[in-house]
Amino acid sequence: MSPEINPFVIFLAAIFTSNMVLSNFLGMCPYISLSNEYKTASGIGKAVTLVLVITSVVNYLIYYYIIEPLQLEYLRYIIFIIVIAAMVQILEMAMDRYLPDLHRKLGIFLPLITVNCAILGNVLFMIIRNYNFIQSVMFAFGSGIGWLLAIQALAAIREKIGKNKLPPGLEGAGITFIITGLMALAFIGFSGMLPTQ
Amino acid sequence: MDILITILSVSAISTILAVLIIISERIFNNYGNVIIDINDGTKTLEVEGGSNLLSTLSGQKIFIPSACGGKATCGVCKLQVLDGGGELLPTEEPFLSPEEKKDDVRLSCQLKVKQNLKIKIPEEFFLVKEYKTIIEGISDMTHDIKEFRFALPEEIKFKAGQYVQVKTKPYGKIKESVFRAYSISSVPSDNKAVELIIRRVPNGLCTTYMHDHVKEGEEVMITGPYGDFYARDDAEEYVMIAGGSGLAPIKSIVEDVLEKGLDTKMIFFFGAVSKKDLYYVEYFKKLDEKYDQFSYVPALSNPTEQDNWTGEIGLITDVVAKYIENGDGKQGYLCGSPGMINACISVLTEKGIDESLIFYDKF
Repeated sequence: MSPEINPFVIFLAAIFTSNMVLSNFLGMCPYISLSNEYKTASGIGKAVTLVLVITSVVNYLIYYYIIEPLQLEYLRYIIFIIVIAAMVQILEMAMDRYLPDLHRKLGIFLPLITVNCAILGNVLFMIIRNYNFIQSVMFAFGSGIGWLLAIQALAAIREKIGKNKLPPGLEGAGITFIITGLMALAFIGFSGMLPTQ
Repeated sequence: MDILITILSVSAISTILAVLIIISERIFNNYGNVIIDINDGTKTLEVEGGSNLLSTLSGQKIFIPSACGGKATCGVCKLQVLDGGGELLPTEEPFLSPEEKKDDVRLSCQLKVKQNLKIKIPEEFFLVKEYKTIIEGISDMTHDIKEFRFALPEEIKFKAGQYVQVKTKPYGKIKESVFRAYSISSVPSDNKAVELIIRRVPNGLCTTYMHDHVKEGEEVMITGPYGDFYARDDAEEYVMIAGGSGLAPIKSIVEDVLEKGLDTKMIFFFGAVSKKDLYYVEYFKKLDEKYDQFSYVPALSNPTEQDNWTGEIGLITDVVAKYIENGDGKQGYLCGSPGMINACISVLTEKGIDESLIFYDKF
């Protein structure tokens, strides 16, 4: 049975209290490697949000109408990943056609969304927590927005400190991890505000 | 029964997704017909968009040289794209110099044809054709080098020093065709055939094919000629240095100059480890005796006792440094491994040959 939570609460929770990247630490690789530039970060954030929503809808339908009735739960990881891969491929083609600029900027990172663990994590959370359809969509949308805000914030900070002199060894990934840690601490402040995970 | 359901449902899901991808490729990747304008309207092509420029052009029988076959690793398939190419891709960046970027040079294997294009193709690429050849002769040069003669169905026009690409057929465990470039060792006047000198590379896809699987009478596809490694006729003397199968283009250039009766002086340094790596020695020695303008200097870096070697011993760079006094009126032609070429370039520039007058083919 799906839990009786207002989908909007799930949406907010996914953004703040259980932010994909800052509380669950999912989707770290693109989060670190694509946050050099604010524009690119926004682009990948939006792409991730879009992929999240599309894949949750498709995977929700596949899970409850095919996998569960046929008792194929043990295959869900494989099926989810195949679906994610296919969706990303289609999205990539569409972007190449209609948003060539963004497509060029994202380059290799777009296909890499396939293996962004935030996407698979989101789908698995939605199954484990027994969300219904509306809840799942809101959860996916919220997770995406949360990931987008997090990477935008990090990119903005990194652009700001870009010109500062850092101790050698902390440049690049080092300082990024520290910033991420501080941001995660800040996001802990939200926990307990909403009665959900 | 369970197994059947599992297999069926997984295949069904995969099939549906595959169909979805195919449909969306039809929709999104359909750029309709586009017009490619080549060399300011000298030639216009109407082609279907959606694939990369390199394969689009080869579909139209215009062959742009490419060593890696479109993987953006060799950087050979450069073309000037004046209009319609869109912005430079990150995959192209590492291969282009700042001047090339300014001149709108692009890697044709990376550029997707989406709209009308204006491009420039060097005239010599139009001479590039695909030839269905028959192997006419195979001879052993050394323990790991063979010379192949490819009979052509029609005449080929090339400059001495240029190369062709050989297309392998699938063999053994190798299921795909590959293209590899080899310099032509025969003279341009011998235009109904080309000769290639191919050294066996351990586990090399094409060299293994040529050495072990090709027999006389076999059909092999080649395309060519390609390359800007050919003799410029504005020098008094050519300093030519080669190692291994790098002898091929040098042999072609020497024969071409002698045949045309040009008065360019030539000195040819051939570097090898020991006597068993030398070939065409008698041939070049005879040319050396017959023509005043040509001298031949074979050098061994590590001759064995049985070799009874009386010629030059040492690294090819030291031998070159010993023979060449200054760079006046000289041009350098180098063919061999990147290490040898880089070392020789620095020797020749020290002697006063400008780097722009040193031509080389690295492999």
